[in-house]
Amino acid sequence: MSNTPTNIFYTKTHEWIRKENDTEVTVGITDHAQAQLGELVFVELPELNKKFCIGDEAAVVESVKTASDVYAPLAGEITAINEALEASPHLVNEDPYGAGWLFKLKLTNSADFKKLLSADVYEAECA
Amino acid sequence: MTHKTPLYDMHLQLNGSMVDFCGWELPIHYTSQLQEHQFVRQAAGMFDVSHMNVVDLKGQDSKKFLEYLLANDINKLTFEGQALYSCLLNEKGGVIDDLIVYWIAADHYRLVLNAATHDKDMAWINHHANQFHLTIQEQPNLAMIAVQGPKAIALFQQATRLSVEDLKPFSGRFEKTNWIARTGYTGEDGLEIILPANDAPVLWQKLLKVGVRPCGLGARDTLRLEAGMNLYGHDMNETTLPYEAGLAWTVACKNDREFIGKTALLMAKAKGIQYKFIGLLLEKGGVLREGQKVIDDSGREGIITSGSFSPTLNCSIALAKVPDTMSGQLSVDRRGKLLSVKVVEPPFVRNGKVVYKENSNV
Repeated sequence: MSNTPTNIFYTKTHEWIRKENDTEVTVGITDHAQAQLGELVFVELPELNKKFCIGDEAAVVESVKTASDVYAPLAGEITAINEALEASPHLVNEDPYGAGWLFKLKLTNSADFKKLLSADVYEAECA
Repeated sequence: MTHKTPLYDMHLQLNGSMVDFCGWELPIHYTSQLQEHQFVRQAAGMFDVSHMNVVDLKGQDSKKFLEYLLANDINKLTFEGQALYSCLLNEKGGVIDDLIVYWIAADHYRLVLNAATHDKDMAWINHHANQFHLTIQEQPNLAMIAVQGPKAIALFQQATRLSVEDLKPFSGRFEKTNWIARTGYTGEDGLEIILPANDAPVLWQKLLKVGVRPCGLGARDTLRLEAGMNLYGHDMNETTLPYEAGLAWTVACKNDREFIGKTALLMAKAKGIQYKFIGLLLEKGGVLREGQKVIDDSGREGIITSGSFSPTLNCSIALAKVPDTMSGQLSVDRRGKLLSVKVVEPPFVRNGKVVYKENSNV
C-alpha cells in the first residue's frame, strides 16, 4: 500500500507539494510514483534560479526500468535542489516525502494552491 | 492466457513482482533488482528460465541436419556434453533466433531456444527437417533453473550433494534425469539445470536453503548486458546479419559446409558490411535506452539496441548498431539533449571484474 500523508498537497502527475511558508514549497514525487517506477538510478534536477510555469518539465527521474518527467506543480523559481540525490537517487525510493525531496520553489502566485489535490482526491486518482 | 512455469507458486511465495514476459508469468524482481544483480556478481543467484524452449533432436541425421540449420558449425563440438552457441538464419542471412545446442550423446542433440520466438522457430525447424531422418521433440514438461555467480558451483554441490566442479565451461552431463550444464547468461561461472517439471520446486527450495538468492528478469537483463551478451529481438532480428550484431565469431563459413543463409552472408561480405556493433558508456547524465539515436561529428546516425544502468560500473551502458563509417566523438540523443558517450569494446564485466577496452577509433 502506498503512503499518502494528509498534511501535504498532490498533483495528478504524482508530485507532492509541502508548504514551507506563504511563498515557498518543497516538491517531490509520491510514494505511489516511486513504487511504480522501481529503483531509481538517476535524478536530473533543475538549475537554481530557473523559472517554471505550471506543468513545465522541471526534473527527470530514471529507474532501472524507465525515465519519467517531473513537472512543476506550481509556477515559481527554483530556490534549492536536493544535491544528495546525485550520489544517492535511491533516497527517493526509501523516503519519498523526506530525504528524497527534489527541489524547492519560490511561488509566483500563491493563489495557485487551490489547483492542487488533497490526499483523499489524489488517492482516488491512483486507485 | 499466460503460461505459468512449474515454479510459479515459488515466485508468489517469495513475493515476486510478476509480469507477462512473452506470454509467461515471471518475476521481474523479488525485492531489489539492483541487489539481485550484485548478489549474482558477488555470490550466487538463481533464475527460473523454464519459459525457454527445449527441443531434442534424435536420429541418424541429427548432426547432418544441424550442419545445415545452424550458422555455427556443429562439428566444433569435440566431446559429448559440449555446448555451442549459434544463430538460426533465414535465407537472407537475417537472424531468426539465437540458441545453445548441447551434444547430449551419439545421435542426440538438445536445443535451447528463446520463448518469444517459439512458434516461428518450430515452424522453421520442422519445415527444414523434412529431407532428414530425425525426430524433433519439444520438451514442455521440463523446467530450467539457472544458478549463477562465483559461489554457484559450491552452493549447488552443497544443496544437491552432487559433484559438478569437474564440468568444463560450456559443457554438461546428465545426473539421473537432470541435465546439468556449465552455461549461463550473466558473465559469471554457474550452471543451467534442465529437469523434470515436478522436480523443479524441490531443487529451487534446496538452493534457497543454502543461500542462493532468487533473481528476476530485471537482473537477468542487466547482467547479460554487462556481459555484452545479445538479446534476441533487441540486439538482432530477422533483418540483422550476425556481422552487424557482433556475432561474426558465431558464423562458420570458411569451409565448404552448406547452411541456410550462407550464400547471402558471403555476398554481403563481398559487398562490405554496412554496420558495426559497439559498446557505449555514459559516465554521467542519465540512462541510455533502446531506440535512442547515436550520432557522430559528421551527422551519421546509429541506434542503441540495448541500454540500461550498470550496477557494477555505477553508470549507464549500451550496445549499439552504427554505420561502419561512424567515427570520432559520439553522442546520444537522450530526450532531446545530446550527451557525449565513450565507445568501448564489450563485454563490460566478466567474472565480477570490469573488463571493457576503450576504443578511441570506434
